[in-house]
Amino acid sequence: MTERPSVPFAVLHPYRRPEPRPFRLRLRLIHGVGIAGAVALIGGAAFAQGGTSTRSAFEVILQWSPLLLSGFLFNITISVLAMLLGTIAGIALGLVLIGHNPVTRWTGWVFTQFFRNSPWLVLLFFAMFLIPYEFRVAGTTIPFPDWIKAVIGFSLPVMANVAELVRGAVRSLPSGQWEAAESLAFSRRQTLWMIILPQCVKRMLPPWMNLYSLVTMATVQASIVGVTEMLTLTSQVHAAEGGRPDLLAPLYGFAMLCFFLYCYPIERFTLYLERRFKV
Amino acid sequence: MMQPTTKADPTPGGLWTPDKPLIQLTDVHKSFGAFEVLRGISFDVMKGEVVCIIGPSGSGKSTLIRCINALVPIDAGSIQVEGQEVHDPKLDKLALRRKVGMVFQQYNLFPHRTALQNVMMAPVHVLRQDRDEVEQRAHALLKKVRLSGKENAYPGELSGGQQQRVAIARALAMRPDVMLFDEVTAALDPETVKEVLITIRELVEEGMTCMLVTHEMGFAREIADQVYFTDRGVIVEHGAPDEFFSAPKDERTQAFLSQIL
Repeated sequence: MTERPSVPFAVLHPYRRPEPRPFRLRLRLIHGVGIAGAVALIGGAAFAQGGTSTRSAFEVILQWSPLLLSGFLFNITISVLAMLLGTIAGIALGLVLIGHNPVTRWTGWVFTQFFRNSPWLVLLFFAMFLIPYEFRVAGTTIPFPDWIKAVIGFSLPVMANVAELVRGAVRSLPSGQWEAAESLAFSRRQTLWMIILPQCVKRMLPPWMNLYSLVTMATVQASIVGVTEMLTLTSQVHAAEGGRPDLLAPLYGFAMLCFFLYCYPIERFTLYLERRFKV
Repeated sequence: MMQPTTKADPTPGGLWTPDKPLIQLTDVHKSFGAFEVLRGISFDVMKGEVVCIIGPSGSGKSTLIRCINALVPIDAGSIQVEGQEVHDPKLDKLALRRKVGMVFQQYNLFPHRTALQNVMMAPVHVLRQDRDEVEQRAHALLKKVRLSGKENAYPGELSGGQQQRVAIARALAMRPDVMLFDEVTAALDPETVKEVLITIRELVEEGMTCMLVTHEMGFAREIADQVYFTDRGVIVEHGAPDEFFSAPKDERTQAFLSQIL
């Protein structure tokens, strides 16, 4: 507390937005408790079953972790590719949404709403069963494995969401930016690419990263349509260990922990960017 | 949208010469929906002339000035800038906007570009002029508006008055024949209004044709050649500033001035 001379009238100090703190992954007590809880879950369940003939859950996870982690890597690969594909398509669709042509704009709007409001799993099923497993182009056969179809399946909702992000960000810019560009004789295309979109990137980045986090967590749905990703592998490992019920929680807990440790920093970083960009 | 770059003869009725009005408005009408903002406005601005438009809020001043560089399309009437008809579906907007510079109330600088880049962007990308030559000119323009040393500052780092002066330099970089100022000091702190007005006065002294929408009556009186008072979409009264301010004839002008002064 600093001493302030007491004044007989109220003083209104100008509002100062607090400076954004530098980004740091702060591990506080609560995080420690969470991680310890997950470990205890694994270890505790193992201890309860700690007979002489059965191995502890810890040992099981340790033994299978290379396989499980390779599955997790696959999840990440799917999420990154889906995000890449979806973002490129989404920016294109977003530009259609803000375009002047009413026909393409309306078509784009229907397209966007359809993919934004469909369950991701349903889109995944569509991608799985409607895309052929190989293409023949000029005599050469291009195979289309399941995981690529999953990438396409996930990129559809990403596309629709990114399109909405683009549209929203462009709309959120003050109209004065368009007017100033127009009065300086910039063409619409120049205005968009040199003045409007560069300013949108900053606004779009935090929600875009949020979306990525969601996509990563959604990739486990690919196990339902037969892609050998982490969740599929976890269930196979469980079967290989004789289906012991006590392994269920530790094994799936491990999968959860992997996703948490991957997505949580992204989430923190998103929050940091939001503060930093003042959006 | 593609802008034709060939300079066709902009004047169907012969070449414009400096003895004709630089800007000529004839019976301009404009409605937003059912609301008629401009109800038949006519006036001329000669080369080198300084015209101030004053009037109560919502009287159509800003709309009027925006019509001149086709930011707002008009419904009826004629606007000619150096003989080029603005109210024309085949309008060559590039040709028009090269001639007309505009400064806005909210500055509207591009916040992701530095002051220098703000000034350079249009000449380099729109007029495709040589970058080095434009950069030299941009430095000179920033010096002229007393912002040497702020070349690499982003708009967010500048005060309102400084931003507005960058905006003036940015408009000047296109080498316009006429400058439009739309309430350029209305969003500024009282202390910084002066520095912007000084910059405008210097422009006027160099012979720049200017049209100002303003609430700075003292400045209008000092600088204008003609003062126009608009109310409800029509020009109520106009005249030379001394006569206009000391002996307004119309009741509405008298009422307005008595409120302001």
